[in-house]
Amino acid sequence: MSAETPTRLQRILNSGGFAVTAECGPPRGADVEAIQRKIAVLNGYADAVNVPDNQTAVVRMSSMAGCMHLLNAGIEPVMQMVCRDRNRIALQSDVFGAYSLGIKNLLCLSGDHQSFGSQPDAMNVFDIDSMQLIRTVREMRENGHDMSGTRLKTAPKMFIGAAANPFADPFEFRVLRLAKKIEAGADFIQTQCVFNLERFREWMQRSRDEGLTEKVHILAGVTPLKSVSAAKYMAGKVPGMDVPENVIQRLAGVPAKDVPREGIRMCVETIAELREIEGVHGIHIMAIEWEEKVGEIVEAANLYPRPA
Amino acid sequence: MIVGEQKPFAEIKKLVWPYERLLILGCGTCVKTCFAGGEDEVAVLASAIRLAFKKERKPISVEELTIERQCENGFIGASAPSVARNQAVLSLACGAGVQAVARRFANIPVLPGVNTGFIGVLEKQGLFTEECSGCGNCRLAVFGGVCPITRCAKKLLNGPCGGSRSGKCEVNPETDCAWQLIIDRLTALGQLDNLKAYFPPTDWRSGSARGPRKLFREDHVI
Repeated sequence: MSAETPTRLQRILNSGGFAVTAECGPPRGADVEAIQRKIAVLNGYADAVNVPDNQTAVVRMSSMAGCMHLLNAGIEPVMQMVCRDRNRIALQSDVFGAYSLGIKNLLCLSGDHQSFGSQPDAMNVFDIDSMQLIRTVREMRENGHDMSGTRLKTAPKMFIGAAANPFADPFEFRVLRLAKKIEAGADFIQTQCVFNLERFREWMQRSRDEGLTEKVHILAGVTPLKSVSAAKYMAGKVPGMDVPENVIQRLAGVPAKDVPREGIRMCVETIAELREIEGVHGIHIMAIEWEEKVGEIVEAANLYPRPA
Repeated sequence: MIVGEQKPFAEIKKLVWPYERLLILGCGTCVKTCFAGGEDEVAVLASAIRLAFKKERKPISVEELTIERQCENGFIGASAPSVARNQAVLSLACGAGVQAVARRFANIPVLPGVNTGFIGVLEKQGLFTEECSGCGNCRLAVFGGVCPITRCAKKLLNGPCGGSRSGKCEVNPETDCAWQLIIDRLTALGQLDNLKAYFPPTDWRSGSARGPRKLFREDHVI
């Protein structure tokens, strides 16, 4: 694959297709079989698969290693990279390294604060922020130099992703921040999980009004809810998450044994609604520790089989 | 001001336990204002130490002295006779003061009695808040007088992050989201457009990245 070859995700999005990405959470430890099991159940159901970078600040197998396991299984990875743990030297070095291994989709994030994770006693880095990381990777691709201005003989040409949270405050500023990320170089956006469709629609409307959906591919995040307690936990304890009360009540309204099925059904319904929103170019399925349900969701949403 | 907090008494007691003649040295500037090491705190701590030693039948004499500033050699000199009479100095200054006193008196242990916290303000009675990281490159003009380097838990220059909720920070719901404050303030000033600009990576060389900093004011040297 030459450096100029678009990634599969890029090709699908640029040709006007509706993309499906999924998330594969790496294990806490070096368990190869654990990640291979997750990869096996995702295989064929997503155009590309994200590997988070120590998500929620819990120490896990590195995103780059997880991406290699995906590549070995013939699945296109999206490497997530956070600014929490590495300074600009290490970040750039890992972008080079990842690209050299064949990882060509990169999601640039600030990162969950360490106080939520397994090592609240750790120091964070935040040498640069996600906006600056996006621009750094864009500069590598477009102008062939690193942050120091040094010309790179072989510059990484990443397909650049960024995150957006339509549910965080200040709401009015969220669209401006999206505009800044696009201006900095984001090619695609993966949003926070959508449970509050009304608010998501309003954010999309404002993004369209600013002409942003013409400039970037927005993949709406979805998460199937496994249990009432998981829904309540996300509603109350996970920063930046908006799980409205009616969502929790609907789950709580079915017999306990049917809750997981209801969660999947709600997720499929959400996908159907999202597909109707102008400017939504795909979905990003974050089935947290429930990867085996991704195939069922994709099939039920009539998004299977995936294009070659 | 520099905001600090007196160490827990048990820790202080352990620090001074080996000595029989102790000078508690207060500082009349920042730590006085934040109730950690001014004249009053020196007196209270001295009584507590005397009592604690008495209860365990261990002799100690505690001398009390507070000078104007421990971070300035010109003021430290005033403490020389007291220092000479004692076996150890328990300094209630910030970390800079402790080190300046230690540098001045080479042959006597200078112990810290205060945990130095941050550069902050007295927001209201009894409440001190961190406001400045001493980054050496002040950008408060563009951020409406609210520092994102210090007051955003992720030091975001192009914020806010996805965890801002109802004006509060995800890391601590009792802390205002710096970016909410910045946006509110710039809105009030009619300068919200400031934030459309891209803020490039910080050059940390003006901060602490290159080790301890020095400021030399040749124009003030006679």
